[in-house]
Amino acid sequence: MSEGKIKVSIDGILVEVEPGTTIMNAARQIGGDVVPPAMCYYSSLEGSGGKCRTCLVKVSKGSEKDPRPMPKLVASCRTGVMDGMEVQNITSPEVLEARKGIVEFLLINHPLDCPVCDQAGECDLQNLSYKHGIEETRYNFDRRTFEKIDIGDKIKLHMTRCILCYRCVMVADQLTDKRVHGVLGRGDVSEISTYISNAVDNDFSGNMIDVCPVGALTDRTFRFKNRVWFTKPVEAHRDCPTCSGKVTLWYKGEEVLRVTGRKDEFGELEEFICNDCRFDKKATSDWVIDGPRSVKNTSVISSNHYELPAPPPVIKENLKLQTENKKQLERAEKLK
Amino acid sequence: MQSLSNRKKILEQEPMNFWERIYLPAIFKGLAITLRHFFMKKNTIRYPEETREYSKNFRGMHSLKRDELGRERCTACGLCALSCPAEAITMIAAERQKGEENLYREEKYAAVYEINMLRCIFCGLCEEACPKEAIYLDGPHVPPEYLRKDFIYGKDKLVEQPFINLEELSLNK
Repeated sequence: MSEGKIKVSIDGILVEVEPGTTIMNAARQIGGDVVPPAMCYYSSLEGSGGKCRTCLVKVSKGSEKDPRPMPKLVASCRTGVMDGMEVQNITSPEVLEARKGIVEFLLINHPLDCPVCDQAGECDLQNLSYKHGIEETRYNFDRRTFEKIDIGDKIKLHMTRCILCYRCVMVADQLTDKRVHGVLGRGDVSEISTYISNAVDNDFSGNMIDVCPVGALTDRTFRFKNRVWFTKPVEAHRDCPTCSGKVTLWYKGEEVLRVTGRKDEFGELEEFICNDCRFDKKATSDWVIDGPRSVKNTSVISSNHYELPAPPPVIKENLKLQTENKKQLERAEKLK
Repeated sequence: MQSLSNRKKILEQEPMNFWERIYLPAIFKGLAITLRHFFMKKNTIRYPEETREYSKNFRGMHSLKRDELGRERCTACGLCALSCPAEAITMIAAERQKGEENLYREEKYAAVYEINMLRCIFCGLCEEACPKEAIYLDGPHVPPEYLRKDFIYGKDKLVEQPFINLEELSLNK
């Protein structure tokens, strides 16, 4: 065992992590199927997590010193690991059952308007409910509805679709100065709003679109332009004075329909990008193309995108061979 | 040459007799068969005027449906185009404006919806994929055309005719 590191086993897979790491981040070091899904936790946003409860896991052994299991399922994004801890995620039927319930709770007020929603195809909640949810809703009452709000001329807020993960509020708190939007009300009636219809106008405010796990915050410049799975993602960069300038361009034909930040395998932005890159630079000439973005083949975005067959190897011209062949042909002709 | 299988038979043709030599009985026999067919049940139909009965699950031309209030059901979600194995369907979505609530059911609608009938294989996957019950392959055959471009059907050919309430119409008059 290396110095200062502690051992945890998640679904029977051992991993060594720094003390103070959460179970979620330990699982992410392993990667693959054992990573619990997260709707509100965002590694680059301080204080996120602990709200949606989709990352619940079972701790079957607390630690080496105190091997008693934890009495209830714990939120893996907020629970630190202990030495010798044993965690069950997908191997525990209890966790999968609980997750099913969580998805049902998240979908209680979420409208079934995926055919209209621009997020469909890259929506975390859609993926989550496909994987863990049940097919039908048991909720018979009216869902809460709100009017759509334009926050600024670039971002649209559909409060009906919001699952109150607070990610966008944290983006505003931690990335931009002078936050103008937040959560109003409490409990069942809480909502994301700008209080008195105010434009969210900051250099980095567009990141709340990427950070939103559902279609509550969407790009108005991309609104109803095309479905996500008909567009082709391409990695590109440019010299931007305010941000890193590393983005994903979403092409349809020759046209850039949308610019977003690059997301990693857990659906989190690698780097936040500025509004100038996101909304105003929509010509291929503004960007340096890095290559196609690799899309998981389980994603709907990869459907109907066929890869070109590899071109046959080009046969090099070999002058020596050619002259020898010519000579041989001449000899053969002579002997005829 | 010796036959390999020992099953070779040599057929001997007898010379024709008198009745066979004058050919007439055989000719009348043939004509009688032809004549009998004049009075038998015909196997063909006169197609454009008459049509055969189709199977219940026959898949013909597509139609885009309207709901009970006459609004277009299609919301341009693109699932039909995604499911289409022949990639015959394309669409451009648009946002419903205020005052168009009686025309379109959802806040988004297909401004352009095209099906290339030459590409379409009538598999019915679009019908299955549609979450809004907007597209059905319940039409007749696709009629023939002279130009390829005429096979690209737009909304003018695909969208169902609005339902007209005859009683209401007479009341308005």
